[in-house]
Amino acid sequence: MALTNRAQKVQTASLSWSEKLYLPAILKGMVITFTHLFKRTPTIKYPEQKREIAPVYRGQHVLKRDEAGAERCTACGLCAVACPAEAITMESAERKKGEEGLYREEKYAKIYEINMLRCIFCGLCEEACPKEAIFLTDRIVPTTFNRGEFIYGKDKLVESKDEPVDVTKRQTPEVLDFKKDKKHYHNRTFLDKITRKKAAH
Amino acid sequence: MDPILLYKIILCVVVFAVSLGIAAYMTWGERKLAAILQDRVGPNRAGPFGLLQPIADGIKMFMKEEMIPGASNRFLFILAPCFFMLTACMTGVVIPWGGGITIDGVTYPMQITDINIGLLYLLGVVSIGVYGIMIGGWASNNKYSLMGALRASSQMISYEVAMGLALIALVMMTGTLSLGEIARQQDEGLAYVVYQPLGFLIFIICAFAETNRAPFDLPESESELVGGYHTEYSSMKLGFFLFAEYINMFISSAVMATLYFGGYNFPFQHELGLEGNTLSIIQTVVLFAKILIFIFIFMWVRWTLPRFRYDQLMNLGWKVLLPLALANIFFTGIGMYLFGKLG
Amino acid sequence: MLTEYAFWFLSFVAIFSALAMIFSKNPVYSVLSLILTFFAIAGHYFLLNAQFLAAVHIIVYAGAIMVLFLYVIMMLNLNRLEEDKKSTWMKFLSVAAGGLLLFVLLAVVKRTDEITITAQAANSDCGLVENLGKVLYNDYLLPFELASILFLGAMVGAVYLSKKELA
Repeated sequence: MALTNRAQKVQTASLSWSEKLYLPAILKGMVITFTHLFKRTPTIKYPEQKREIAPVYRGQHVLKRDEAGAERCTACGLCAVACPAEAITMESAERKKGEEGLYREEKYAKIYEINMLRCIFCGLCEEACPKEAIFLTDRIVPTTFNRGEFIYGKDKLVESKDEPVDVTKRQTPEVLDFKKDKKHYHNRTFLDKITRKKAAH
Repeated sequence: MDPILLYKIILCVVVFAVSLGIAAYMTWGERKLAAILQDRVGPNRAGPFGLLQPIADGIKMFMKEEMIPGASNRFLFILAPCFFMLTACMTGVVIPWGGGITIDGVTYPMQITDINIGLLYLLGVVSIGVYGIMIGGWASNNKYSLMGALRASSQMISYEVAMGLALIALVMMTGTLSLGEIARQQDEGLAYVVYQPLGFLIFIICAFAETNRAPFDLPESESELVGGYHTEYSSMKLGFFLFAEYINMFISSAVMATLYFGGYNFPFQHELGLEGNTLSIIQTVVLFAKILIFIFIFMWVRWTLPRFRYDQLMNLGWKVLLPLALANIFFTGIGMYLFGKLG
Repeated sequence: MLTEYAFWFLSFVAIFSALAMIFSKNPVYSVLSLILTFFAIAGHYFLLNAQFLAAVHIIVYAGAIMVLFLYVIMMLNLNRLEEDKKSTWMKFLSVAAGGLLLFVLLAVVKRTDEITITAQAANSDCGLVENLGKVLYNDYLLPFELASILFLGAMVGAVYLSKKELA
């Protein structure tokens, strides 16, 4: 029994005299290619002309600074745990005296690396981050000739103080609501969790 | 210096430069047209619309590393592309590029030499052109190259027969072998394609085969022979092979335009009231327009039709085109007997 | 004057390349030298104002027959190591054949005076297409047509041989 109606019977009949001339078939093909002379090319000439991307496009990551210019990341490792591609590694260090302007929390990421070849740009790191430190942006990861250059360290990830990266486009009202919603476990702060436990008892 | 000699030398240089320039821009045109037919953009980075692309390609070809295989026959390996290029450039000599140009009351024909065996000269040069490919393929000492060379030689010899026979029917009508005379005859009468449609069809198919163009590009069929006869070639030697192919295409377009489509003549040219050099210049422009149309057809066919299988190619040449060409001669003879000779 | 220089040059090329054809060990070089010889001889035809003959000589000999020679030699993949020994019997025969050819050539050379006279005395347009055509179709019509029918028959035979067996 046929599963689909797409099956076609194999033609085994030999060609007729007019088909053996081949010229009509050739002309038909030529006409087909000729019509393509007047078709619009779908190509986008990339560097000059960019494809329109969604406002919530997930591109290259940024590690945000707070209003005072201190790094927000506290090297909790939640992003690395959340990452399905295991693209994120980090090493933490303790903040020294006098470094309060550099790092917001007492613990900070000494090394923070994302392997852009592994990253699938799913945005789970961003969702996992309790400090609102990591965001995906609408920047596209540029290509290079070396595999090593795809491992982005803090030099490439942390935003510069002078030109902060705008991530507000990603923060749609839905996202903000979602982040406030304490129904989800990962949105609860430590304080929330304690109060909830007490309430349960 | 003798003004005629000086004029001939200038014309030689001009024809040579123009055929090289057109061949260079044909590479650009081919890529651009291929792109458009396939809904792509094509070369557009070097200069506006990629117009500097041929120059960039040329520089690339010159800068590439020169590789000569160790087991090859060095002398013949170098000789082959030079020979192929030489024969490609030699054919432009007998083509009438326009009417006469009058300087100081003397009319110079826009044809380097109007020898009375112009057509035979063309056939001769085309037939020795195959040596470039054969020697190159053999000297490379590579199986693929040799296969390509053998294919090229048998293909070119086979299609030369049908081509020659198609031309014989034309020569029967014109009564001359001189291309200049054939072009002049079409000024008075109709273009010869009207009288020789079948001959023209055979000729254009053979021209595709002779220039090793798709759908008959078996000598270099990359899907089975890597690069065919030029597999081992690199740098400007490869460039010569590729370039000569485009020159051949340009010249065969010019020959088709001259023999079958009235050459530099265009309809109602004498009713326009133009005289002398103005008319000549327009005629040359018209000839080049015709040539460009043929070049377009060459490229258009290449990007439409798939490659023939080798036995199909030989069958077409010997079992279809040859009998057709013989029949064409026969019917031309009958026609000439019934309606009298033209011209 | 120019013609004379061209004559000497072409003669030198013809003889030299003919010798190269005989003495070269590599069969491909032999074929290429032979092609060069043909070109030199075509040049001689041109000097005699026999343009048609020159063109046909190049098309047929240099353009078609030698391509087939080269084709066969390339396919055979000849090289010096595989050259088989010739028997004394063969050597004797080849010397005899060569001697006969030499004899004929000497006989011709003895008559050169007459030949040069006829070549110069002949109409200088005798090699042009028109004159050649007139001679062929008036004086030698029957042999010419017979030859053409022979060729046509050979061609038809070749096409027929290549046709698949009809079951």
